[in-house]
Amino acid sequence: MKYALLVHQSQEHFDRRNDPSAVAAGKAYGEALQAAGIFVGGAGLDSPQNATTVSVRDGKRQVHDGPYAETKEFLAGFGIIDVPNLDAALEWAARHPAAEFASIEVRPLLGSHFMVGTPKPPK
Amino acid sequence: MSEAATSVAIESVVRDSYGRLVAYLAARSGDVAGAEDALGDAFVAALKRWSAEGVPEKPEAWLLHVARNRMIDAARHTQVRQKSEEFLQQIAEEAQAVAKAHEHFPDERLKLLFVCAHPAIDSAARTPLMLQTVLGIDAARIASAFLVSPAAMSQRLVRAKNKIRDAAIPFRVPEPPELNERASFVLDAIYAAYTTGWESLMEAASTHHALAGEAILLGRMLAQLMPREPEAHGLLSLMLHCEARRQARYTRNGKFVPLDHQDANLWSQPMIEEAEKHLHSAAAFKHMGRYQLEAAIQSLHANRAKTGRIDWKEIALLYEGLVRIAPGIGSLVGRAVAIAQAGEPAVGFAALEQIPPDRIADYQPYWAACGHLLRLLNRKDEARKAFDRAASLTDDPALREYLFQRSAEDAGQPG
Repeated sequence: MKYALLVHQSQEHFDRRNDPSAVAAGKAYGEALQAAGIFVGGAGLDSPQNATTVSVRDGKRQVHDGPYAETKEFLAGFGIIDVPNLDAALEWAARHPAAEFASIEVRPLLGSHFMVGTPKPPK
Repeated sequence: MSEAATSVAIESVVRDSYGRLVAYLAARSGDVAGAEDALGDAFVAALKRWSAEGVPEKPEAWLLHVARNRMIDAARHTQVRQKSEEFLQQIAEEAQAVAKAHEHFPDERLKLLFVCAHPAIDSAARTPLMLQTVLGIDAARIASAFLVSPAAMSQRLVRAKNKIRDAAIPFRVPEPPELNERASFVLDAIYAAYTTGWESLMEAASTHHALAGEAILLGRMLAQLMPREPEAHGLLSLMLHCEARRQARYTRNGKFVPLDHQDANLWSQPMIEEAEKHLHSAAAFKHMGRYQLEAAIQSLHANRAKTGRIDWKEIALLYEGLVRIAPGIGSLVGRAVAIAQAGEPAVGFAALEQIPPDRIADYQPYWAACGHLLRLLNRKDEARKAFDRAASLTDDPALREYLFQRSAEDAGQPG
């Protein structure tokens, strides 16, 4: 079962993401996921200020500056893990170094056969 | 066998085995709704077959077998999930083993209780989910006990079951240290079934109380499935102590009787004895908890049947312990009243005044306690106002009448 761990945090904490202690903790966590053999993928995200949002309406492409929604807490990173069940996913989410100040949203990926890199054929 | 006799037989299987069958199927498929549907179909099939051929020797094994076939059909119609083949095979083998041997199939109800009260499930759905999946109570009845529309309750239950399946909430009993907190969610959800629709402090009001019997069933089940969990015994003891007084809470013409004035002869002695037995079992583990403390308080009230008096000092001590581990508004008010009744009304009232104002605005027992303590302090006008406010906050007509009566009690009397 694959789950996304979505890290939502405030600007204040986001600004501290390059502190040496934060970098070290993030690296160690990533290595622990790898060592446990459950890491599927993931990355930290750049600031929402550098986001550009695209949609296509009536065949017309609309592009605008900024994230999909302006919120106080925003998506700052994500990881995808493959674990047996929700309890195991929650366990790993709680170990995320950002969990003590950010919120980690744990969401199952759609479909148990989902494979990163091999998208399902359209239905 | 006639259809009527068959449905009696089915009812008895439902009563004794419904939760075990759902738990067994769901623990293997991870799909509570699918298990319930398949079992529902199996009961329909049983009604037909058993009328013609009689009830089989192992009715549960028969139902499991049919339910499993239904789940295979359902799996064919929907997207086959990887797990389903394996678990269906497993069920087939186990159903055969059960049919042959004289043993019961594995009891997975404890796992189901932990799934229902999982922190990932909306807290408002946990108790209804237990009532439906473990006891087989229909959504309409649960809805009426919870004072919500049947449609809203069904939606809440469907959403919760979908989440169990789609987020893969595991059917497992957690290990320590997680076990402690997770068990408390199970206990709380069962107690919520007992107190549903029942704004109670020291059994103030008990209008709805619609699911008390079901809550006690769940409590007995939990104490049996977790015999080494003292709080499971504590919770059962608490519910039994409260339930023992059902007949004494109102007079024959519907007047409300507060606990201290209830006729102890109307209390159910067998229930009190069972309650005491469980409180005793809990104490042996020497690990105090919220429900044991609350049960111990009720036990002291029950002692009045023997001794003719209430040991308020001891009750105040127990409340002291209770507010330390569970500082809910109910225990804060209870402590204040106990202190006052133990001979220190001024101290008790000071404790009432310390409760944050934002928590008392619509909490009837607080205002009733206020009225009582103010009267003990001879602050008559304030007492009257407090009783009036309490009366305006209850939806139980008998309690309202009682509170207005107390408000008027010594109006005009000297002193």
